[in-house]
Amino acid sequence: MYKNKLLKMRHLIWMNGWYFLGATMALLLAILMDFVTPILLGETVDRFLLGGESTLPAWANAFVDRIGGPEWVRRNLWSVGLCIVLASLLSGAFYFIKSRLSSVACESIGVYLRDQLYTRIQKLPYHYHVKSEAGDLIQRCTSDVETMRTFLGDEILEIISSLFTIFVALVYLLQENVSLTLWCLCLTPALFLFAWLFFNWVSKSFAAADEADGLMNAVLQENLTGVRVVRAFGRQKFEVDKFDRASKDLRNKSFNMSKLLAVYWSGSELIGRVQILITLILCVIYVVRGELTLGGMIVFTTYINTVLWPIRQMGGILSDAGKSSVAMNRIREILTQPIEPEEKDALTPPLDGDIVFDHVTFGYDGGRIVMNDMNFTIPAGKTTAILGATGCGKSSLVHLLQRLYDVEKGKGTVSIGGVDIRSIDRKYLRTRVGLVLQENFLYSRTLKENIAIAVPDATDEMIDRAVTDACAKDFILKSDKGFDTVVGERGVTLSGGQKQRIAIARTLIKDSDILIFDDSLSAVDTETDAAIRKALKERSKNVTTLIISHRVTTLSQADHILVMEDGRITQQGSHDELVKQPGLYSRIFNIQSSQESSPPAPPQGC
Amino acid sequence: MSQLQEKDFTQKFNLSLFKKLFFHARESWGDLARLAVCMLLVALADVIFPLLTSYTIDHFITPGTLSGMTPFVIAYLVTMTVHISATFGFQYFASRIEADVCYAIRKKGFRKLQELPFSYYDTTPVGYLMSRLTSDTQSLGSMIGWVLIDLIWSVLMLIFTAAAMFALNWKLALIILVVIPPLALVSAWFQKRMLPTERSIRKLLSRITGSFNEGIMGAKTTKTLAREDKNAEEFNVIIRDLKHAAVRSTTLSCLYMPIIISIGAMATAYVLWRGGHQVLTGVLTVGVLQAFINYTMQVFEPIRAIAATFSQMQSTQAAGERVLSLLETEPDIADTPEVIAAFGDQMHPKKENWPEIKGDIDFEHVDFKYKDGTQVLSDFNLHVNAGETIALVGPTGAGKSTVVNLVCRFYEATSGVIKIDGEDLRTRSQLWLQSHLGYVLQEPRLFSGTIMENIRYGRLDATDEEVMEAARLVNAETFILKMEKGYHTDVGEGGSRLSTGEKQLISFARALLSNPRIFILDEATSSVDTQTEQIIQHAITKVLEGRTSFIIAHRLSTVRNADRILVIEGGKIAEMGDHDALMAKRGAYWRLYTNQFMEEQSMEVLGGLSQTPKKNF
Repeated sequence: MYKNKLLKMRHLIWMNGWYFLGATMALLLAILMDFVTPILLGETVDRFLLGGESTLPAWANAFVDRIGGPEWVRRNLWSVGLCIVLASLLSGAFYFIKSRLSSVACESIGVYLRDQLYTRIQKLPYHYHVKSEAGDLIQRCTSDVETMRTFLGDEILEIISSLFTIFVALVYLLQENVSLTLWCLCLTPALFLFAWLFFNWVSKSFAAADEADGLMNAVLQENLTGVRVVRAFGRQKFEVDKFDRASKDLRNKSFNMSKLLAVYWSGSELIGRVQILITLILCVIYVVRGELTLGGMIVFTTYINTVLWPIRQMGGILSDAGKSSVAMNRIREILTQPIEPEEKDALTPPLDGDIVFDHVTFGYDGGRIVMNDMNFTIPAGKTTAILGATGCGKSSLVHLLQRLYDVEKGKGTVSIGGVDIRSIDRKYLRTRVGLVLQENFLYSRTLKENIAIAVPDATDEMIDRAVTDACAKDFILKSDKGFDTVVGERGVTLSGGQKQRIAIARTLIKDSDILIFDDSLSAVDTETDAAIRKALKERSKNVTTLIISHRVTTLSQADHILVMEDGRITQQGSHDELVKQPGLYSRIFNIQSSQESSPPAPPQGC
Repeated sequence: MSQLQEKDFTQKFNLSLFKKLFFHARESWGDLARLAVCMLLVALADVIFPLLTSYTIDHFITPGTLSGMTPFVIAYLVTMTVHISATFGFQYFASRIEADVCYAIRKKGFRKLQELPFSYYDTTPVGYLMSRLTSDTQSLGSMIGWVLIDLIWSVLMLIFTAAAMFALNWKLALIILVVIPPLALVSAWFQKRMLPTERSIRKLLSRITGSFNEGIMGAKTTKTLAREDKNAEEFNVIIRDLKHAAVRSTTLSCLYMPIIISIGAMATAYVLWRGGHQVLTGVLTVGVLQAFINYTMQVFEPIRAIAATFSQMQSTQAAGERVLSLLETEPDIADTPEVIAAFGDQMHPKKENWPEIKGDIDFEHVDFKYKDGTQVLSDFNLHVNAGETIALVGPTGAGKSTVVNLVCRFYEATSGVIKIDGEDLRTRSQLWLQSHLGYVLQEPRLFSGTIMENIRYGRLDATDEEVMEAARLVNAETFILKMEKGYHTDVGEGGSRLSTGEKQLISFARALLSNPRIFILDEATSSVDTQTEQIIQHAITKVLEGRTSFIIAHRLSTVRNADRILVIEGGKIAEMGDHDALMAKRGAYWRLYTNQFMEEQSMEVLGGLSQTPKKNF
C-alpha cells in the first residue's frame, strides 16, 4: 500500500520529468553560483589586500596572470566586483529558470489532477452520486489538490536545495580544513533532530486549532441559517455566549499553536547562533595559529550561515510531506472509483419502437426488490401515463430507461424496438431520451444558457418556442434581466415550479425519441399543468411519451395508463376501461372527481 | 450575482480605513507597543552581529592575538540572547495580537448579526456573511499582527544600518545609500504588477471551486442530459486559464528577487572596490570592510519587506472594507433609547419592568413594501382576540408570511400600527416580544447538540423533567427513546441525523416548553409519512391550546380546526370566517379547499405525503 502510494506521486513527477529535471539542474547551478561570492571575497582579502597565497584553482590563477597578475587586480579591484555582480546575475538567472520550470511543472500537476478528478466525477455512475457527500468530495478536489501541488512543485525542490547546499558547503569546507569543518557543523544534526521532533510533537496542537476553527465555523453557520429560530425565542444572548465560547476557544488554540511555533523559531535560532559563535571562535583560533587564512575564515562563516538557516525550514516541510501523502490517498480514492464502462460495440438503433419490459426484476445494489417480474409494453408514439404509490418502482423504471442503472443479466430485459437496452450506447440513449425529474438542478448560468444546455447551437426561435410550451416565458420575462438572469448557486433562486418549467423547456428544446416526465409537473398548478400538456401534445406528436403523475386529469388524457403497486403492474388500459374496474385507479378517480362538483377549469394558455 | 459581486479591490490606499481598523484593535495597543520594542531589539541585534564579526578580524586576527576573547564571547552571548528573546517576544505578541484582534472583531460582528433585521438576511447570503467573520477577519488579524512587524523592523533596520555605516565610514556609507532608491523603485514596480495577477489567480481558484461544486451537485442532472464530456471540456478551459495565470505570476515574482539581489550585489562589488582601495591605503581595516560587505548583502531585505507590506495592506484593504461595512451596518429595526431605558437591550434585559402579555393583536391600516418597492400588504386591518387561532391561506406571495413577520416584528410596517394588548409594538422591546413568541418553521431548524439541549432552547432554565414533559406532550418521546442515547442523542449539524418529521416534533416540543403567549406556525409542506403526520397534527393541537396563534396552513385538518380562517389574496383579506361559513360561500376558500382535499386524499391512498405539493394551503 505504502509503496503504491509513493509510486503514484512519482508518476506525477515523471509526467513532468523534463521540467523537474531542468528545474533541478538550474537550481544546482544557482546554488553553485551562490558559493562564488564568498570565495571571491575570501580570495580578495587574502591575496590582494593582505598579499597572501592563492587558494583558487589553477585555471583561475592562470586567468589572473593573463590579465596582469595580482598586482593588476590590486590596482583594479573593480574587476573582482564585476565578477561578484556577474555571479549574482548568473545565479539570479538560474533561479529564475528553476522557478519558471518548476512552476510550469507544478501547475501542470494541478491541471492534471483537477482535470482527472473532474472528468472522473462526471463519469462516475449515477448511484455513486446518489450516495456521495458533496462537501467531502469538494474538499478533496480543492484543498487536497492544492496540498499535492505545493508539495510536489515547491517543497520537494526546497528539500533538494537544502541538501545540495549542505553538500557543496561540506565538500568545499572539508578540503579546506577537516577538523574545523566538523566543529563548525557539529550542531546541525541537533538542529535537524529538533526540527523533526518539534513538528511531530506539535502536530496535535495544530490539529486542535484546525478543529476549533471548524467548530467556530459550524456555530456561526448554524446561527446564520437558524436566525429565525434564534429571534423567535429571543435567544440572542445565548447565541452570543455560545459563539463567544467557540471563538475564544479558537483564539486560545491558535494562539497556543503560534506560541509553540515561536518556541520553535527561537529554539532553533539558539542552536544556530551557538553554532555560529563556535565557528567564529574556532576560526579566530585557527587563523591566529596560522592554520587558516582570514579569507578562509570569511568563507567558513558565510557558508555556515547559508547552511544553517535552510535546515530550520526542513522540519515544517517534512511534516507537510505527511499531509501530502494523506491528500494523495484521498485523491486516489476518487480516481480509482470505477466509472461507467464504455462499451465499444454499443448500438445506436432507432428508438421509435415499442418499449417492452419483459420479466424485469430489479433492486438497488442488491437491496430490496423494487420491481418484481414486471411485464408491460409502452406503445411507440403514444402517451402512456403511470399511476403508482410511493416506492412502487416508478423511479426505477425511469432510471432503467436512461440506463442510469441496468437490470442484472438473467433478471429480465428492457428493450426498445426489440433491441435490448443494455446493448444501446448510454450516451446515445441519454441524448435521445428526454427526462424531466421532480427535483431539477439548474446550472449556475443564465436562463438562456440553461435552456440551451443540451443543444448548444439552439436558435432564439427554438428557445422561445421551448419556453412558451413549458409555460416559462412569463416569469422569465418578468425577472430582472429576462433570459440573461443568472440562476443557480451564484444567482437568483427560483421556486420549485419555476425550476420545473425551466427543466421542461431544456428537455423540450432537444429533439427526443422518448420523453419522460417523472412527476415533473407536480410543482405547477393544475392549469399550467394542463397547458403544458396541451402544448406537448402538439409539439411531439409521434414521440413516445411517459408521464408519471397522481392527477387524474393528467392521467385520463393519456392513450394508455399503467397502474403500479409494489413493484408490479396491477392494472392497465385506457381511462374509460380503468374507471370501471375496481382498483387503485378508480379509487383515486373517485376521490378526485367527487370533489369536483364544478367542472375543472378548462385548459387555457399560461 | 451582480448585486452580490464581492468588491474585492480598491486601487486607492485607504488611510482612514486603517485608522478605523487600528481603533478596532485598541485592546491590543499595549501588545503593539511591546511588539515595537521587540522589533527594535531585533533590528538592533541584527545590526550588531556584523560588527562583532568585524571586531574578531580587527582585534584578534590582524594583531594575531587571542587575548580579550572573554569580553567578546560575552558581548556575542548578550547580543544573541537579546536577539533570540526579542524574536520569541515578537512572535509571541504578534500571535496574541492576531488572535485577539480576530476574536474582538468576531465578537463585534456576531453581535451585530444578532441585531440586524431579517431584511438584511433576505438580501445577504449566508456564505457571504460567513466569510466576513472567518477568512476576512483572519486576514485582518494577521495583517495587524504580522504585517506591521515587517514595516517596523524594516524601517528600524534601515536606520540602524545607515547609522552603523556612517559611524564606521561616512564616505563609503553615502555611496551605499545610493542603491536604496533604485531598490525601492524596482520593488514598487514589481509589487504593483504582482498584486493584480495574484488577485486574478484567487478569482480563478474560487471559480474552480465553484465549478467543482456544480460538477458534483449537478452530477445526476448532467448524467440525464449526457453532458459529461461537455462539462469536462468547459472545466478544462478554466484550469488552463489558471495554469497560465499562475505561471505568469510566478514569472513576475521570480524575476523580482534576482533583480533586487543583483542590485544588492552591485553595492557589494562597489564596496569591495572602493573599500579595498581604502584598506590598501590603510584608511580602512579589513574588519570594517567585512562589516560593510555584510551590510550591503542584506540591504535589499528591508526594502523588499516594506514593498511587500504595502502590497499586503492593499490586498487586505478589501477584506477590511467588507468587515467594516458589516460592523457599521445600522439595523433598521431598533428599539428606541426610551424603550431600551425602560426594558433593557438584548444583552441586558430588564425583565422586572416587562409588562404581562395577554395576546390581543391589532393591525391598523398596515402597509408593507419590500425594499425593492414591491407592495405586499396594503391597508391591512385585523383584530385578533387573545387565545384565538387564525389560519392564513392563500396563494404564494399573497402576504401570509408578511402578516406573521410583522407580528414578530421581524419586519417593520411601512405605515400603519400593529398593537399587542392595545400598545404599539414599537413602544415595547423586541426581546420582550420575542420572549413571548413561539415559532415553528416550515423547515425545522435544530442546532448541533443533544435532543435535550435542543428542546431546552425553548426555555433555558427548564429541568430535564420539564423537557421530557414537553416531548411527551407532542408524542416525540416514543421516537426519542428509540434512539441510541435517548434524550442525549446528538442530532448532528443542523439536526442532520434526524428525519424531517422528527425534527418537526422536536421543534414543537421546543416551542411548547417556552410556553409562549403568541404562537406562530408555518406549516411544513413536505415529506412525512402518514403516521408521523398524525402525530404532528396531535402536536399542533397541543401547542395551540390557549394561545393566540397564527398558522400559515397547508393541511386541511389544521385549517378546519382554526377559529378563524383568513384567505389572503393580493395583500388583502379576501375572505374571513370559519370553515363552514367559508365553504357555504363557495368562493376562494372553497376552491382552495376542494383542490387540496383531492390531492391529500389521493396521496393518502398512494401511501405517503412525500410528493404532495401544497402550494395554497
